[in-house]
Amino acid sequence: MPFRLTDLPRKRYGMPGNAACPGCPETMGLRYVKMALGDKAVLVIPAGCSSVIQGIAPRSGINFPILNIVFASAASAASGMAAAFETMGKDYQVVVWAGDGGTADIGFQALSGAAERNDNIIYICVDNEAYMNTGIQRSGLTPFGAWTTTTWTGKTEKKKPLPFIMIAHGVPYVATATVGYPQDFIDKLRKAASIKGLKYIHLHAPCPVGWRFDPGLTVKVAQLAVQTGAFPLFEYENGKFRLSPYSGMVRDPKRRAPLTEYLKLQGRFQTVLKDPEKLKGLQREIDEMWEWIALLEKGLAPRP
Amino acid sequence: MGTKGSGLGQVEVVEPKTLWFAPISYPAPASSGKTGLWRTERPVVHLDKCIKCLFCWLYCPEDTILRREDDYVYVDYEYCKGCGICAEVCPTHAIEMVPEVVGEGQ
Amino acid sequence: MTKRALTGNHAVAEAAKLARVKVVAAYPITPQTTIVERLAEMIEKGELEAKMIRVESEHSAMAATLGAAAAGARAFTATSSHGLLYMHEVLWWTAGARIPVVMAVVARAIGPPWNIHVEHSDVMDQRDTGWIISIAQENQEAFDLTLQAFRISEDPRVYLPMIVSLDGFILSHTVAPVDVPPQEDVDAWLPPRRQPYMITPESNVVMGNIANDDEYYMMRFSIQTAMQAAKKVIDEVDVEFGKAFGRRYGGLVECYLCDDADYVMLLAGSWAGDAKKAAEQLREEGIRAGVARVRFIRPWPEEFIRERLVNVKGVIVFDRSISFGSYGQLFTDTAATLYGQTSLRGVIAGLGGVDVKPEDFASEVRDFVSKVEERGRVYEPRRWLLPKKYSKLAEEVVA
Repeated sequence: MPFRLTDLPRKRYGMPGNAACPGCPETMGLRYVKMALGDKAVLVIPAGCSSVIQGIAPRSGINFPILNIVFASAASAASGMAAAFETMGKDYQVVVWAGDGGTADIGFQALSGAAERNDNIIYICVDNEAYMNTGIQRSGLTPFGAWTTTTWTGKTEKKKPLPFIMIAHGVPYVATATVGYPQDFIDKLRKAASIKGLKYIHLHAPCPVGWRFDPGLTVKVAQLAVQTGAFPLFEYENGKFRLSPYSGMVRDPKRRAPLTEYLKLQGRFQTVLKDPEKLKGLQREIDEMWEWIALLEKGLAPRP
Repeated sequence: MGTKGSGLGQVEVVEPKTLWFAPISYPAPASSGKTGLWRTERPVVHLDKCIKCLFCWLYCPEDTILRREDDYVYVDYEYCKGCGICAEVCPTHAIEMVPEVVGEGQ
Repeated sequence: MTKRALTGNHAVAEAAKLARVKVVAAYPITPQTTIVERLAEMIEKGELEAKMIRVESEHSAMAATLGAAAAGARAFTATSSHGLLYMHEVLWWTAGARIPVVMAVVARAIGPPWNIHVEHSDVMDQRDTGWIISIAQENQEAFDLTLQAFRISEDPRVYLPMIVSLDGFILSHTVAPVDVPPQEDVDAWLPPRRQPYMITPESNVVMGNIANDDEYYMMRFSIQTAMQAAKKVIDEVDVEFGKAFGRRYGGLVECYLCDDADYVMLLAGSWAGDAKKAAEQLREEGIRAGVARVRFIRPWPEEFIRERLVNVKGVIVFDRSISFGSYGQLFTDTAATLYGQTSLRGVIAGLGGVDVKPEDFASEVRDFVSKVEERGRVYEPRRWLLPKKYSKLAEEVVA
């Protein structure tokens, strides 16, 4: 649902003076969460960049009440908060803001459990495709071929297809979004806030430090990820799947910008650009995502 | 029902009565200091080219490009980290990244 | 006063219900399971107005309990052994957050090999975390301690989470008469929940972001000052509870025949009942024996030990656990408190649920008494009461 930027009240949504790197997509994303959910949200943040972005006590550099929590249990802590608020008759939004590690790897069990129980939380995975906070080590969400500090010659495994895994859990709402298209993200947040149950939003968050690009290019890299088909934007709502407009435009591979346009801006993909086998591997990983999309669009997956 | 009904949704925040140091904070600016000091270049907004699209305000990660009453924009140099996103996204190239120089008369 | 025949686990569940907990998040593990099963039943039958989160692991159980409590709900969980170890990280996080929460721990041995019988290692493993830790001797006490735990942990002088431990199978699964007061009486005694802060959009509180080292240190100091204050609160609550429900236990330590004792057995848990029988037997033999049953291992009852045990002829500590490479944990704390002011012996016994009978306690004491009378001052930090069929090894092997 398109809205005017001028519809958003003229106020501060983020919190300046925080510890984020210049050009950080996480602080960008958090501003959009504030724009969408205003003063009704409480965040649960496991170990990750956003733990540190809050800066030093007694101040916090993120504009929300926050329960900082241990790495593996963000989803469960959020489930507990949501249950408590329900017993107290409060309709606050409990929102997990977790990185790749806290979602796909160490935190996955808790997320899967919360999804199976359909606990009433919004779970946002802010995906910068590596363990950035501890120094750019590879995660389950690192794409094939990417350089990280634990995959110096490029990751040899594929990116874990987390949004599709969450769709397979059959939760009421799954969406992908990017900091490159904030209005789309804000729409999806508002939609999620109106649904009861577990809502999962996978937010693509290009990291200048870990992906090796100039901090001014965060938005451009994020948009290219969508325009090249590397990061598809979609929604899955109560069994119905639909591509979001920016990705609908590039469903046909011929209409996509060449993948290399996206890769060449990022230092972490330099070896992929030089190695045709690696480039094929990365393209294959992207193609597989679109194969899932094709099946889901045709309704060939179970509907809850 | 007893009047001290201990769990009928009742909960009270009561100040601790022993020496209290606890890991509690509140959202506030400057949690990492005056981050404007991090900059190596600063954004300069040329208002004559500005069309009030608000893209810079939308994309700024730090909330350091702010809207005036008339929706033209200005920069909070105390905290702006100089990332350059605003300059990149501006459709009319109204924002110029200018090197920070420390020297006489600057 | 209605006495009901309840297992220790069901007694704990009844107490949690009477305390009107609002959120229960737990994962099953033998021998805790029937606590959670009973609570689930009570909720689904409408006897308890609460939400149960059937979490997928113990780590998540404590995280959900903390989340619920930080949001403002009275929250409860229960576990044992490996489950307790799995959530260990979150115990630290909860105590450090200073959020009151109550957990029942059904004490059970740790594997490998798998062993579901009683041992205190799992509870002892948590003593550094900042949790108040209590250990019951009987089902009634497990019930009473659970009710008291909400009162103690939610006291503004304390604001620390609390463990109520009961021995696996011996208490958890054994039926005993338990006096269960009516809801109105508990409502009149237990105040509404209090906590130092809540994390809500109104309060705008942020918990846990990085602090400078100096402030971090002071937060640790603050936990310790709360532990000190907790000793007084525990005693007060013991007295108040006695007035309201007719049962008092003596605060941090239950002193049984220890007022005029020459030799005191110090221990915790259900086997204290056997030690008390041994003390009675020894008295008949002319040895003035007594039992100091430690009900709270954290905060450690240093004042009691310093005042009441310093002038006895000997203290013999029985640990149902050991810190490998060192001593039993109760022994270590006792020795630190007594620092050489009386004869002291530490005995490791009952590991893995091996039974220890009154006669076993009595013969240890007799042996200790004869050594003290012979040598004057005895210090034996680590003796082993091995299983009967292996008892010879205690003399043959250095351990």
